[in-house]
Formats: sequence, structure tokens, C-alpha cells
Amino acid sequence: MALPPYASPVEKLWFWIFRGSCGLILLFLIAPVFVIIPLSFSSGSFLTYPLPGFSLRWYEEIFSAGPWMESLKNSLIVAPLATLLAMTFGTLAAVGLNRADFPGKGLILALLISPMVVPLVIVAVGMYFFFAQVGLLNSYTGLVLAHTVLGVPFVVITVNATLQGFDFNQMRAGASLGASPIRVFFTVVLPQIVPGMVSGGLFAFATSFDEVVVALFIASPTERTLPIQMFSGIRENISPAIAAMATILILLSTLLLITMEFLRRRSERLKAAP
Amino acid sequence: MSTNAVAARPEAPPEANLKKQLKRADRLRKFKAIGLVAPLALFLIVVFVLPIGSMLWRSVDNTELESVMPRTVAGLQQWDGSGLPEEATLAAFAAELRDSRRGGGLGKVGRRLNYEDNQYRGLLMRTLRGLPASSENWTQTLVEIDPAWGETTTWREIQRASPPVTDRYVLASLDLERGANGEIQRIDAQDRIYQSVFQRTMVIAGGVTLICLALGFPLAYLLATLPPKTSNMLMILVLLPFWTSLLVRTAAWIILLQSNGLVNQSLIASGIIDTPLQLVFNRIGVFFAMVHILLPFMILPLYSVMKGISPSYQRAAVSLGAHPFAAFWQVYAPQTISGVAAGTILVFIMALGYYITPALVGGPADQMVSYYVAYYTNTTNNWGMAAALGSILLALTLLLYLVYHRLVNRKQLIRS
Repeated sequence: MALPPYASPVEKLWFWIFRGSCGLILLFLIAPVFVIIPLSFSSGSFLTYPLPGFSLRWYEEIFSAGPWMESLKNSLIVAPLATLLAMTFGTLAAVGLNRADFPGKGLILALLISPMVVPLVIVAVGMYFFFAQVGLLNSYTGLVLAHTVLGVPFVVITVNATLQGFDFNQMRAGASLGASPIRVFFTVVLPQIVPGMVSGGLFAFATSFDEVVVALFIASPTERTLPIQMFSGIRENISPAIAAMATILILLSTLLLITMEFLRRRSERLKAAP
Repeated sequence: MSTNAVAARPEAPPEANLKKQLKRADRLRKFKAIGLVAPLALFLIVVFVLPIGSMLWRSVDNTELESVMPRTVAGLQQWDGSGLPEEATLAAFAAELRDSRRGGGLGKVGRRLNYEDNQYRGLLMRTLRGLPASSENWTQTLVEIDPAWGETTTWREIQRASPPVTDRYVLASLDLERGANGEIQRIDAQDRIYQSVFQRTMVIAGGVTLICLALGFPLAYLLATLPPKTSNMLMILVLLPFWTSLLVRTAAWIILLQSNGLVNQSLIASGIIDTPLQLVFNRIGVFFAMVHILLPFMILPLYSVMKGISPSYQRAAVSLGAHPFAAFWQVYAPQTISGVAAGTILVFIMALGYYITPALVGGPADQMVSYYVAYYTNTTNNWGMAAALGSILLALTLLLYLVYHRLVNRKQLIRS
């Protein structure tokens, strides 16, 4: 909506006010992300500008053995496992939902995506009592199961969306050519739904990698994940070490964003092709 | 597989056989589909639905006394509430009180009775210390240990705490209570706290939603009307914060808004203020951080709806003589209503349950319902209150989600 050449001065004024405010809103969105990066290279111990000097001491701190590395290690154990479980369960369920009509389908779909809707603190308290009863409190297993629950709706939704345009007659065609159902699934179905699985998986991974509330309730200091370490760092002693870890997390989210964009463009291209 | 089935029964007429086969194949497919969904459904029922259900049950669960003092509770059920309970009931109470020392029963009963009146834990401890091994007349012995046992109100309060289900927590989380005769009444004005907690939650969630709409609408409009190349570039500025950790963004806001942060520095440098403003650890900080985190959830649904609106309607209106603003408000804006509704409800639902962000950038007066649920679970172990507040929050969220679901589904229907 470029400005037409015949625009009146008032229209021109409005146009630039509109553009200007949109610019400010974009600045509001992006500034916090970028403001924190330079602070991680500060040689001082306060998170204020101007920087007293350049140093990598805060990266040294987070990358040397200690609570930061411990919590990063824990997150790198929990998040991939939870993502894998969520992708497996979620994909199977999404295929099942699209394979045939059966009674109660709407209700089941609602059940599968409900973890996305229920306030986190309620999930956390519920699981806290449940895991205490079955002995999974303060365990990696409990944390992985909890994060699987939180990640699964994303996989169900994205794979479900990918399957909307999927022609299940292809499975019949595969079977009629003599392939076993498992072979049909891996050679015919899977390649077509992989983008949905991956983007759902990325959502699930990001969820686990950024989840504080449930982990605060069900994990002991031994299983302390990176978000909990960040949380207590921000609350108790906000230092440039947090900015350093934040910079690494921003890098990670940039990677996630690029992957998602790539997947989106690929699926658009495939849709556009006849 | 199918050829075998035909070969097995060559005598049946072919059409009927086909129909049967089709039916069987359909049924088989249905079972296979259910089999694929079942693992996840069962997993979620066991790890998600049942735990939350049993947690919510705690909001009416009142079995503390019954589990530790079953005979006392049974005796009090028979009692008509005048004078003192029978000697047998008091004897049972003395015996069960002595046994409650083992296995944490005493703490459980003391905590539960303290909700009725703060004196009970102390009273139980005192009584236990003075309790003789045996007595001819337990009524007299108990009254001698503490005169409170000779008062009718003591036993009536214990009787009131006895039934296995109670509505006291749900009532308490609405600032209500049962009066002496069982009628529901509001609690004393100075004790009413949850009303203001819910009010505050609504105000914060509603305010955040409105600000998100005010900021998200123009931006979504810009993104939807720019040429795709430019808008894709600008979209990255929306999506990068969206993918960035919530904690990173919260930390960034603390850094920006602190008293010697960039915002205050630039305000002072530009001469607008002399002394730094308090922008964080109060309501302002909560609004900044929450709007920032939730704004993408407003922009994305708005953008997807606006993308589908043809610009020619607006042009047509202008060419028919409408003022550009009138064309925007009367022709364009009404078409965005489904996106506005979806984004608004989505942001509101998410804001309602916020816990981490207000805990980090807010002050004590900015904590929302979730904070109190966590507080009662972790700090005071008052699980009944935690569950009751949680139930109300969940009910509110699910109700709004239902509305959201209806709206989004209708939108999809219209499109198809």
C-alpha cells in the first residue's frame, strides 16, 4: 500500500504517522533481544551501558564447570528425549486421527491439545502430587514425561495440518504393489509428513528448553534445567553471565527460526507445484 | 488378503459378500486408527488428566479428620450439637489423639483444624502432653487438661471439619464462608483478599490484551499490505522475539527498565526527567514484559486474516466517494473481526495463567492467581486452597477456550 501520487497532504501525514508508529512497535519487539547481547561481552559485573570494556569472562564463567554447565547438560538430556517421545506419540496419533472416522474423535482431539490450554501452574501442581505418589518426583524420567505432555500438542497440530492434504489412497497403492504396512509408512507416508513432524518437534524442543513452572515443582537441584538456572539467576543475582547465556539462547532461537522458515517455504513451494 | 476371504466362501452371492468385506475393511481401519491414537490418549490420561483431576478434587476433599480419627468423626456424626458429645466419643477421641502421634496424623489434624480456628494445633499439643494412659471419665479428664474441651463450640467446630467433602475452600477463594447456621456469607471486609487477586488478574490480562490489540492491529495491517518481500523481512522482527526464550526477554526488560537502564538513561539525557523513574518490579514492568511476550500471539492471527482480505473493497469504497478513514472503518475493519476475536481471546487466555513474568518483574501487589496457587502448594501446604483457586482459574480458561474454538472453527467454515 504505497502512497498514491495524488495523495493529499493530510493523507501523506497520516501515512508517515502510521509508518512511524509501526516502526516504533517493531523496535519495541526487537530491541530487548538485541540490547542484551553486547552486555554479555562486558568486562564489568553490572548490566548497564556504557560498557566499561570488552571481555569474554562471562562466557568463561558459563562454560567452565559449574551450575550453568550442569543445567545446560540437564536441559540437553531432557529436551531431546521429550521431543523424541512427543514426536513419536504425536505423529502416530495424528495419523490415526486422519485415517478413519470414529466416535468421539472431536473429544479426543480436544484431549490431545489440552496441555496447551491448561495454565502451567495447574499442570505443575497436578504433576507434583502425582509424581510424588508414584515416586517420579525429582527424577529425569518425571521431567521428560512432563515435558512430553507439554510438547505433544504442537506435534499433533502440525502433523495434523500436514495430513490435511494427504491422499491415503497412496497407502493402498503401496499395499497393492506388495509393500508391508510398515514399509508403506516409512517410504510413502513419512517423507510427506516429515516437515510437519520437524516443525512440531522444534516447538516441543523450544517448549522444553524454556519451561520453568513445571520444572520448578517437580525437579530437585540435581535435575535443575537451564530455564530454572536462568530463573534463579534473574531473581537472585542478575549478572552478565545471564546475558551470556541469553546470547547463546538467542543464537539458538535464530537457528530455530531459520529452520522453520525453510520448512515453510518448502511446503509453500510444494503446494504451488501442480 | 481379500482374495482369500472370497475363496473361503464361494457359495455366497458376490454383492453381499462385497458389502460384508467393505464393512469389515472399514471396521478394521477404524480399529487401526483407534490403535494409533490410543497410546497418546492413554499417556495423557494417566500423566495429565488424572493428576489434574485428583489435584482439583483436593478443593473439596476433607478427609483429614476422618483418616486420622475415624471413630471420633463417626461419634460426632451422631451428636446433635448441644451440650457435649457422648463419653464414648470423647474416649475414642482421646485414644485416637494418642495414636495420631505416629505417622504424621497429628500434624494433619492440627493443620486442618487450624483453618477453623488458629488455636487448635496448640490445644491438641497441650492435650496430648497432659493425656493420662487411662481414665474413668474422659469428659472430665479432658476438661481438666483444657477447659476448651468443655465448650460446645469446640466440638461443633470439630464436627464441622469432619465430613469427607467440604465447600469451604471454594467459598474461601471467592471470599465467602459458611456462617454459624450454615448459610453462605461474605467474610469480614479486611480479610477479603481473593476478590482483589482475581480482579487484579483480570485487569492485568485485560490490559495486556488491549495494549496488544492496539499495537498488533496496525503492525499486522502494515505486514499484510506491504509487498511480500518487505513484509517477509519485517516478519522476522516479529518471529525472532517469538522464538526467543521467555526468560531471556524478561531479563532484557529488567535490564532496559532498571533505574540506570537504557530507558531511564535516555529519558534523563533528553531532559524529560531528572530522577530515574521506577519502571520495573511494579505494574509498569509487568505490562511491558507481558505485552512484549504476548504481542506475536496477537499479530499472527490478525495477519493471517488480513492477508485474505482483498484491498479492492477499500478502493471501491473510496472510488464511490467514501473518506479513506470511513472506508477503513466501515469496509476493512469489519472483515478483520474474526482475527481480532481470535487474537484477543488467545492473548487473554495465555495472560490469565501467567506466573513467571509477574514473579520476576512485578512487585508483591502485581502477583496473579497462579502465584497464589504456587504459594499455597509450596509454602503453606494448604492444598485445599491451592486446588480451589486452581479450579476457578481452570474453569475460566476452559470457558474462554471454548469460545475461541467456536470462533476459529466458524472462521474455517466460512473460508471453505
